[in-house]
Amino acid sequence: MRTLAVARAVAWRTLHNVFTNPSLFVPSLLFPLFFFTAFAGGLSRVRDVPGFDYKEGYTAFQFVFVLLQSAAFGGVFTGFGIARDFESGFARRLLLAAPNRTGIVLGYAAAAVGRWMATATVLTVIALAVGMHVGGNGVDLFGLYALALLLNIAALLWAAGVAMRFRTMQAGPVMQFPVFLVLFFAPVYVPLTLLSGWIHAIATVNPVTRVVEAGRGLLAGSPTEVAVAFGAAVALVLAFSIWAFRGLRSAEAAGA
Amino acid sequence: MSVLADQVYLLARRSVVRTARQPANVIAPLVFPMLLLAVNSGGLKAETRLPGFPTTSFVAFALAVPFIQGALFATMNAGTDLARDIQTGFLSRLSLTPMRGIALLAGQLGGVVTMGAVQAAVYLSVGLIVGVRLASGPAGVVVLFAFAILVSLGFGALGAFAALRTGSGEAVQSLFPVFFVFLFLSSMNIPRNLIEATWFRDVATANPVSYLLECVRSLIITGWDAQALALGFGIAGFITALALALASWALRVRMART
Repeated sequence: MRTLAVARAVAWRTLHNVFTNPSLFVPSLLFPLFFFTAFAGGLSRVRDVPGFDYKEGYTAFQFVFVLLQSAAFGGVFTGFGIARDFESGFARRLLLAAPNRTGIVLGYAAAAVGRWMATATVLTVIALAVGMHVGGNGVDLFGLYALALLLNIAALLWAAGVAMRFRTMQAGPVMQFPVFLVLFFAPVYVPLTLLSGWIHAIATVNPVTRVVEAGRGLLAGSPTEVAVAFGAAVALVLAFSIWAFRGLRSAEAAGA
Repeated sequence: MSVLADQVYLLARRSVVRTARQPANVIAPLVFPMLLLAVNSGGLKAETRLPGFPTTSFVAFALAVPFIQGALFATMNAGTDLARDIQTGFLSRLSLTPMRGIALLAGQLGGVVTMGAVQAAVYLSVGLIVGVRLASGPAGVVVLFAFAILVSLGFGALGAFAALRTGSGEAVQSLFPVFFVFLFLSSMNIPRNLIEATWFRDVATANPVSYLLECVRSLIITGWDAQALALGFGIAGFITALALALASWALRVRMART
């Protein structure tokens, strides 16, 4: 119970900060919309490339990537807030006051989910408003959003681990850059089958590729490799949970 | 004249040394555009199979992007350094000396231009290493460097203007997403005539960044395209003249001796 109470307090405070401060919320909302506009609008001719066979069209194809990207960056942006809490000294007081410190990480994770859900809602509404085709049924779409949710939590746990080890905003690029790389080394613009050379080799072993490809399959109503994608996403969450909780121990040992 | 030259030299040297001492300011403008080039040229290689695509090598097509993206970093570096000078009081102390204001601007931008030339050399070398050959030949390399320097100067002056007006490094940094939007809403990833969405094609056509990209691209994949060169140099020259005028005015306001 004490863990949940701590988690609820941390999540409420983080969400309150985000939603009442436009400079924190607006960029994380606008960036996915901007990427969606630039990719779906500017590159729609890519669907004419021989071998491109995504039946729901290029807007839907890019929507899935941007949805997953917004989830991952929602986690990273929440990680920035953790680093800011350490810099301002708030995290030190939080560590002293919390009867169960596991709740701190859980609270930040809940806040990341809440923040991303707002972004995902706006992104989805806009995508549907511009005529995105959806072939999947309710179960398929639930699967797509569940995959994105897992990616959101995994990215938050990664960023939290970094923030709790470095305890400074200067660690921002360390949180952001690997996530950016992993996302863009997945099949962003065309399906995996149309990639060739070194990028195909990297994309094939990139766990995010499974998530992106399965997400596109779910949106189109023709699920492929869904179990593998969920396996990869859950593995990321578990691995970064260990990373984040060890980061918490590191912050405790350092006296924050 | 030699006093002014000495002042410019000292401040340009300070600008270059200061940049070189901050690895993030050197590495980011070199690595980040190359990374984006790698990701985009790998991911969008299939685009070369579209009818009407101007080359069979997407790397050659995309190599223009780092040159413009590097200029965005020039804006950030010039602006942030100058803002720091304002915030730390360095500019105020300078205003008590006989140093001429124009020397400060020229010195600061001299450092930016030097970095711009280094960046251009790195981008071009990487392109040559991965097999890109300039259709315009060796003379094209000279024109490419001249263009890169002009664009660095123009965008650096824009960064200096922002810094002098706001006096805040954070305000200058906040310009980065704005410039990034201009970059992505251009012909960065696909030729304008192949953009299918009419509204996007119109935006890209109205976006001056498209013409800066197409100027560099023409030297790499077309050869000597007078129209692309005239538009590119014309727009870069206009941006530079406007930005220099604005920065000089902002400097006069900032350094007004009371």
